[in-house]
Amino acid sequence: MSENIMLPHPHKIIDIIPETEDVYTFRVETSAKVKHGQFFQVSIPKIGEAPISVSCMGENWVELTIRKVGKLTNEIFNLKPGDKLFMRGPYGNSFPIEEFKGKHLVVIAGGTGVAPVRSFLKYFYENPDEIKSLHFIAGFRDEKNILFREDLKKFKTKFNTIYTLDRDKIEGFEVGLVTEHIKKIPFNSFEDYNVVIVGPHVMMHFAALECLKNGVTEEKIWVSFERRMSCGVGKCGHCKINEVYVCLEGPVFNYTKAKNLLD
Amino acid sequence: MSYCVSTKRMNEILKALQKDYKIYAPVRFEKRGRYSDTDLIRYAEINSIEDVVYDEKSHFSPKEVIYPITQALFYFTEDEYRESKVDDKKILIFARSCDINGFRRLDTIFLKNGGTEDIYYKRLREKVKFILMECKESWDSCFCVSMGSNKTDNYSLAVRFDGDNILVEVKDHEFINLFANEREVEFTPEFVTSNLTKVNIPEIDSQELLEKIYNLDMWESYNSRCISCGACSAVCITCSCFNTLDIIYSENGRVGERRRVQTSCMHEDFTTMAGGWSFRKTAGERMRFRTLHKIYDYKLRFKEEHMCVGCGRCEERCPKLISFSSTINRLYDEVEKLKKGEVSRTREQASSTEEGK
Repeated sequence: MSENIMLPHPHKIIDIIPETEDVYTFRVETSAKVKHGQFFQVSIPKIGEAPISVSCMGENWVELTIRKVGKLTNEIFNLKPGDKLFMRGPYGNSFPIEEFKGKHLVVIAGGTGVAPVRSFLKYFYENPDEIKSLHFIAGFRDEKNILFREDLKKFKTKFNTIYTLDRDKIEGFEVGLVTEHIKKIPFNSFEDYNVVIVGPHVMMHFAALECLKNGVTEEKIWVSFERRMSCGVGKCGHCKINEVYVCLEGPVFNYTKAKNLLD
Repeated sequence: MSYCVSTKRMNEILKALQKDYKIYAPVRFEKRGRYSDTDLIRYAEINSIEDVVYDEKSHFSPKEVIYPITQALFYFTEDEYRESKVDDKKILIFARSCDINGFRRLDTIFLKNGGTEDIYYKRLREKVKFILMECKESWDSCFCVSMGSNKTDNYSLAVRFDGDNILVEVKDHEFINLFANEREVEFTPEFVTSNLTKVNIPEIDSQELLEKIYNLDMWESYNSRCISCGACSAVCITCSCFNTLDIIYSENGRVGERRRVQTSCMHEDFTTMAGGWSFRKTAGERMRFRTLHKIYDYKLRFKEEHMCVGCGRCEERCPKLISFSSTINRLYDEVEKLKKGEVSRTREQASSTEEGK
């Protein structure tokens, strides 16, 4: 009998870090080798299962940043350190970190879209010599929805950061959508660079268009898709767009492919 | 080797087979049809050869024999789970060419896509042997010839119902002894070579054309027509999509199970994520997705064949009488127009007309 790919395994929750009122980061014990941008199928038996991207990783642990937004996530928020979270994975491809090295990197993320890019931002924070420069635009709806406050502060010390809130005006944050700040990135001074855009569907669409308007070429842009999934391994059909299964060929896509995926 | 077997003798053979096999065939469920006083014909275990409905088309496909509508994956107790089990018996399915070819599409998704095997599908699939049911002639909605799925050699036995006798071709050596005392005859199954319904599959050869197809006005017409019930997928031999669903046994909240339940890309919530965002919001968009999956992008991905086998059950089951063969032909005509540079109404044009009203 072959391995049962639908079988979840219990993993111990080591720590729970509240980010906002309804977004918590769960640090979970695992020896799985995870690449930046991958996701796990996370579940609580008798409640349900959903794909959650990895927001940070370390020796024998991963962090999953989860918004309390449905039946499963409501239950996950009732768990305590020491409790078990069921997981299978990691699944999906990853950001091409090796390709980013030695070049300028621009990361544009919105809302919970900051979670999937956080792990490689932390990597480059620890290894700043591996890239020429890192420009990071992070946008949140308002003050109470700001995620990873400590990380944002740290990133500011080594990266060129623009943090923005859609409406609120507070210290350290610009006002407006991330798309309004893309023109501040000195793309014309870069000889070689990559751009990562992650966030809500509409934000990724317009941020990519704004980048193109600022002279970025399509093949330098990378996006990460979020889709409903029931299996994560190319069987359930939910994440399929055209001939592509986001769980298999994604969630990370180069824009040259992503722009052709018609939902 | 082929044999002529009496009905009585065939029942004895079935009885012998039932020691090792569960035998499934299209069976009549009286007065269970969708209209009053009509019967439902769907797959079920048979006990005698008379149970087999061979002269009518089954309303449902045989896929649910090995890909059940709902299926327990695990049983959960406190901190443990137990994988569900299946019957030890092997499986024989009376099936037509289109359906046998349809199983190959299911095999592709469940056993090959993504390079992993789904054990719940595999553990039943590897038990299956087919008894080909010859189609004497095709039914009105069949278009198997257009889809190239009218023929198959993937069967262990093939049968032709011929009055009180049944002609049987035995291809699989496992079964040869069962027929040792029967009268040998010349019989090989025949396949239909033309259907009343024919479809032309559009040749989509560029992203530019695909984008134009995506924007065709024809999809809008399904917004008011299609009610997103998913009946088309439920009866389709090749539709494989599912949800997982966890349930708690109400008598004991600490015990429950994770189930796999068939679903449909035509359902409104098929792409809806937690929080409410969804990607294909209208019935027309979902119809476009399903159509292109069946006759374009499945083949683009797996190279070998289109997904649709032309069984025509979807249009027979549709409560709004949407014909899938007509949809394909309609798309073909639109694509031809696009290729010739003729102007077709696009979604944008349609919506700007709406706004102008």
